[in-house]
Amino acid sequence: MTATILKRFLAAIPVLFGLSVLVFLMIALIPGDPATAILGAYATPENVARLNASLGLDRSLPLQYLAWITGILHGDFGRSYALNRPVIDIVTERFSATLLLAGAALVLAAVFGLLAGIVSAVRQFGFADKAITLLVLIGISVPSFWLGLILILFFAVKTRLFPASGMVAIYGGGGPLDILHHLALPAITLAAVATGVIARLTRTAMLEVLRQDYIRTARAKGLAERRVIYRHAFKAALVSVIPVIGIQAGFVLGGAVYIETVFQWPGIGAMLVNAIAQRDILLVQGGVLVVATAYVLVNLAADICQMLIDPRLR
Amino acid sequence: MTAAAAEPVAERSEHSSRPSSFALLMNNRLATAGLVVLAVIVVAALAAPILPLENPDATDPAHRLAPLFSAAHPLGTDALGRDVLSRLVWGSRVSLAVGVSASLIAALAGSAIGLVAGYAGGRTDQAMMRGIDLLMAFPYILLALAIVAILGPGLVNALYAIAIVNIPFFARNIRGITLGLARREFVDAAKLSGKGPVRILATEILPNVLPTIVITLSTTVGWMILETAGLSFLGLGAQPPQADLGSMLGEGRKVMFTAPAVSLVPGLAIFLIVMAINLLGDGIRDVLDPRLRSGALTRPSARTAIVRDRRRPKEEPDPEATLDVRDLSTEFHMGRSTAKAVGGVDLKIARGECLGLVGESGSGKSVTAMSLMGLVPSPPGVVAGGTVAFKGEDLLDARDARIRELRGGAVSHVFQDPLATLHPLFPVGDQVAEAIRAHRPLSRRDADAETRRLFELVRIPNPAERMKAYPHELSGGLRQRVSIAMALANDPELIVADEPTTALDVTVQAQVLRLLDELRREKNAAVLFITHDFGVVSEICERVAVMYAGRIVETGKTDEVLSEPAHPYTRMLIDCVPVMGEPERRLDAIRGRPPAVDALTPGCAFADRCPRVQADCRTGELPLTPKRDSLAARCLHPLEPGETLS
Repeated sequence: MTATILKRFLAAIPVLFGLSVLVFLMIALIPGDPATAILGAYATPENVARLNASLGLDRSLPLQYLAWITGILHGDFGRSYALNRPVIDIVTERFSATLLLAGAALVLAAVFGLLAGIVSAVRQFGFADKAITLLVLIGISVPSFWLGLILILFFAVKTRLFPASGMVAIYGGGGPLDILHHLALPAITLAAVATGVIARLTRTAMLEVLRQDYIRTARAKGLAERRVIYRHAFKAALVSVIPVIGIQAGFVLGGAVYIETVFQWPGIGAMLVNAIAQRDILLVQGGVLVVATAYVLVNLAADICQMLIDPRLR
Repeated sequence: MTAAAAEPVAERSEHSSRPSSFALLMNNRLATAGLVVLAVIVVAALAAPILPLENPDATDPAHRLAPLFSAAHPLGTDALGRDVLSRLVWGSRVSLAVGVSASLIAALAGSAIGLVAGYAGGRTDQAMMRGIDLLMAFPYILLALAIVAILGPGLVNALYAIAIVNIPFFARNIRGITLGLARREFVDAAKLSGKGPVRILATEILPNVLPTIVITLSTTVGWMILETAGLSFLGLGAQPPQADLGSMLGEGRKVMFTAPAVSLVPGLAIFLIVMAINLLGDGIRDVLDPRLRSGALTRPSARTAIVRDRRRPKEEPDPEATLDVRDLSTEFHMGRSTAKAVGGVDLKIARGECLGLVGESGSGKSVTAMSLMGLVPSPPGVVAGGTVAFKGEDLLDARDARIRELRGGAVSHVFQDPLATLHPLFPVGDQVAEAIRAHRPLSRRDADAETRRLFELVRIPNPAERMKAYPHELSGGLRQRVSIAMALANDPELIVADEPTTALDVTVQAQVLRLLDELRREKNAAVLFITHDFGVVSEICERVAVMYAGRIVETGKTDEVLSEPAHPYTRMLIDCVPVMGEPERRLDAIRGRPPAVDALTPGCAFADRCPRVQADCRTGELPLTPKRDSLAARCLHPLEPGETLS
């Protein structure tokens, strides 16, 4: 099995390579002169020349890539021109906040999505199934940035149960409980869509599994129905739901952009939006590369989880 | 039978409905609602120039932030005093146009890539799909952001970004279908007729992938509208003074605490549009998905539904017999049609006896076997009448808990294909130990020891090691030995073996058969042995019952039935068995096909295929009557001893 896991790791390398090439090409693909685009129309010619030299834009693309990726691997993502700080510093700072938000949302989505899916399948055509189906439909149709506003209006403005913005209280905040308090609304908002998708696919997977011959065998053994559903059927359904959870990690990481903007969560998504508006390309490049790499790693983890559950994949 | 027992059994599945007509109609009703909402919004958006609306961009600072339902402004005004209703209609127009355009671009580009990759195959396919995979390696919205970062903020650039991000969904789906189509005969024929690849793609393949394109489009267009609105919300899409629903929401957010409606109303509009499209898309998918129609996605209940208000035999079951089945009938209710898979079957098995139940596929023998312990999936299966008595106890009256106690305890099963019937994700030892612990209060360790003993009993070499193996790691023969070990786990009095050797190859078949025979003699367990193979029957069964179209047509002692059957059908089945050393023997399968059990005609069900058929065979109900010796047959013109079929 160790060999198979190692193989999965190796298989991720070309993906990461391709990813880095695409991110690298972002600058080359910018219409017009990249240095001007990065520095803005009012940049001094000296600055343009300096940037051109530091980006190595006068060399051939493969050489440029080589220099760039060597820098990245040494933690050198270049400098943000709008914030005048090294990109790596900003990105690490921001990404930890996003990781907390997206991680919390993904855990919420997985737990409630799986539960809702199972209940929906077991009570097929019953009241619970219909109610869950409706909620799922709402969940996957609702614009998350709008849902966030509604939650803020209700829970922060009307009832004042949760803070409306930020990650810590401005005065005397910062403890884990304070962060959790701030995390609740954005995490729930971010989880809505993923919960719906996971619930929907869990339901289908459970219904498919419950028709299988080995479920009949479990019943023929005289097992209690609870055990048939939660041990035999659920484990088999999980094999097909895990990759879906992995894909949802991508939607959650990306969707964080909206939620961070709405709740002013100091994450990488809100930073990217600002950076794009300011044409701070190197910062965008660094942020996109880090988030995309995280997504590849999450999917790798999902792959390995799936393998641990299903011996046929080993 | 007491009066109380005459009532229908209480433990009936509470959801016997199939999704066929009702649920699909419900779904369609939701889809219809979606269609109506969508149509209203689209018509309003299209008609925006001729509707009596204010100028959406006319500012009026004197009347800024007018509340909802004010006389001049039904939906109020925004921070600059612009009429929200007017802006909503015009904004919907932009949002719809951008979302639909993005969808069409994605559909066009994605389908083109999918078609070319799927049709060309080989390296072209590899290269193109690697590229698509790479796009999908980015988190969805992040990729759109990166594209906007390159192109610069703006509505058209946001449109391109969303379109590009959605290309992979189309490319993948279309490629999959095209790959299958490219190998089909009609494509070969087109190639031979001299058509070039472009013409083949356009005229032969495209029409066949169009439905897939439509389905993918209907399930992604909602998303694309949502995401373009999202980019505008972030300020990266529509730039002022141009406004779509997303940018209205984004601007309204600035006055959210004083006038929440300014941002909530456009959000509601986005939600309604997307919800309507998703309802419609789900409806389209449901109608086109064959699995939903066939009921393949309906949950089977833990026990077959029992609706026994009709036929019920008068006489008490024989308490001496291990199994006494009278007039059992099991039906499949599929929408409006009812298939009578088992139409009044009588079976009796004495202690330690082996009864062979023989018939072609579709004769109802497996359904009979699975009906005993309520293992017929329900819906659609329903036990519609009769009694199933186990040592005098009517199982159709038994409570669910009692059935669970018997299953795997006194009555166990061995199924046909052990690869499908063993759970793929648990080690086989655990599966057997689980069966033991379901019925006996043993510790984990004791159950494992017992499992090991059982593995030795069914002669699995290296039992301790094999217990840790997963089903896919074992050979077919070993897997079936595991199933037999599981069936013997709690000293059953009756083993229902449903074609246990059919999936195995011939030499293994003989071994497994011998093992099963030895063990049941050793344990004095009765066996109901279902098979389509008379050769197998002759080896282990004392008595045999032949089934045809859901009924027993002949029964008797095995040697008598095998040597001188009375029913022509039995004769023909026996003649199908190849015999070593008689290569000239006729092996023609019986001509014709068994009748459909949802459309049985009066008289003998075999009449249409019978060489001895006469006019009276096609009228009335034919009873199972004693012929000679132990034989009983459902035939008006039985074969006499020594008589052969002409």
